[in-house]
Amino acid sequence: MKISRLIKTIFMIDFVTGLLIAIKETFKAKKTINYPFEKGSLGTRSRGEHALRRYPNGEERCIACKLCEAVCPAQAITIESKERDDGSRKTVRYDIDMLKCIYCGLCEESCPVDAIVQGPNFEFATETREELYYTKEKLLENGDRWENILDANIKADSSHR
Amino acid sequence: MDSYFSILFTEVYKILILLVPVLVSVAMIVWLDRRVWAFVQKRRGPNVVGPFGLFQSLADALKYIFKEIIIPASSNKLVFVLAPIVTMTLALISWAVIPFGKDFVLADINVGILYLFAVSSLGVYGIIMGGWASNSKYPFLGAIRSAAQMVSYEVSIGVIIINVLLCVGSLNLSDIVIAQQNLWFVIPLFPMFVIFFISALAETNRPPFDLPEAEAELVAGYQTEYSGMMYAMFWLGEYANILLMCAMGSVLFLGGWLSPIDIFPFNAIPAPFWLIFKILFLFILFALVKATVPRYRYDQLMKLGWKIFLPFSLFYVVLTSSFLLYFDLLPGK
Repeated sequence: MKISRLIKTIFMIDFVTGLLIAIKETFKAKKTINYPFEKGSLGTRSRGEHALRRYPNGEERCIACKLCEAVCPAQAITIESKERDDGSRKTVRYDIDMLKCIYCGLCEESCPVDAIVQGPNFEFATETREELYYTKEKLLENGDRWENILDANIKADSSHR
Repeated sequence: MDSYFSILFTEVYKILILLVPVLVSVAMIVWLDRRVWAFVQKRRGPNVVGPFGLFQSLADALKYIFKEIIIPASSNKLVFVLAPIVTMTLALISWAVIPFGKDFVLADINVGILYLFAVSSLGVYGIIMGGWASNSKYPFLGAIRSAAQMVSYEVSIGVIIINVLLCVGSLNLSDIVIAQQNLWFVIPLFPMFVIFFISALAETNRPPFDLPEAEAELVAGYQTEYSGMMYAMFWLGEYANILLMCAMGSVLFLGGWLSPIDIFPFNAIPAPFWLIFKILFLFILFALVKATVPRYRYDQLMKLGWKIFLPFSLFYVVLTSSFLLYFDLLPGK
């Protein structure tokens, strides 16, 4: 062992330097955000909680083509459709099992009318499993609640589609 | 009969006066530990529950209380249940002899330091019992490692204490503090203080010597099979031990409840606060070390304990005693 190395070991130079660096780092600005009180920015393509959108006149966009049901790799989507009195094809049932969903975004990609989308909300934890079996009503309500952001996101992303 | 009960009640009262603050400060110290660790890594740490997150540990304790206690079917149930109780009890009873001020000590016994040493040695039993009774390989390996580690480092701590005792001439902790009135023992015995600090890290299974619960190798060591309140008791015992080691360090080397200089603004602060400041200082050092140093390998740990610390502290005993003898400074005269 070299003499300099020996001195370093005996006086624990490396250890003390490390401690001093640690103390210095303590007073530097934090790299993490104060999460529940401040939130990081989300991209326009962030894939959070699902929502079913409506046209501006209040009509549901979904035409029950079942492409999302077919493409869903986790088979989380269940759709039943029926012809309405005015001759249009609409869903009577649109369920998403949020526990099965893997948030891959394929349903959103497959949708020809931008009806099913994944919004920016990622804080939808619940206390029971049942609350995460989303029905059509819940999804439409989500769509109404997040419509402004969803619309802006789709517009911002439209040139890449 | 009356006097018997009055004595009993005053003693219980005194014990509560000591133990309740210790338990509360253990909870706070867990928070402080996590906070310092986070700050070194430029994170925020627990800061939501209560002011600055101070009540985080209380929230955790509440969670542990409501969790189910799982006792493995193949475990030795009596010993399994006894282990955390032993750990926590031993960690708490040693506080009896720590002097918080002049005549402010629960048990001012003449062999205080021996008592402290004996109780902290017994602390191994809680861990061995927990590891053995779990009847599972990880806890068992963790317990073996822990036992070997604690026994090895206790030897060097014992020899370090001899150094201090040579300078004091008494085993009473209050006498040890008073003997430092002119000069804290950190200054003449600085190398011993450093070795004591490192041994204390090993003794309390703190990083970088946290091999008994090295999660990468042994899941959680002897705590693996424990859950709920029993796990929390291990946790409490561990942190009470860490605090105790900090208290021991400050009593032996940093002048206990003495103020650093005996002039106005310093000696106006009550004695217990000085001890608390010193304990906090040592604990923050503990936490900083946890945040900076990587874990030791097991053979390196043993080598450090037996081949470096033990011979060096023995050599220092010879040095101290010959110094005292040569300059005629032996305390008994």
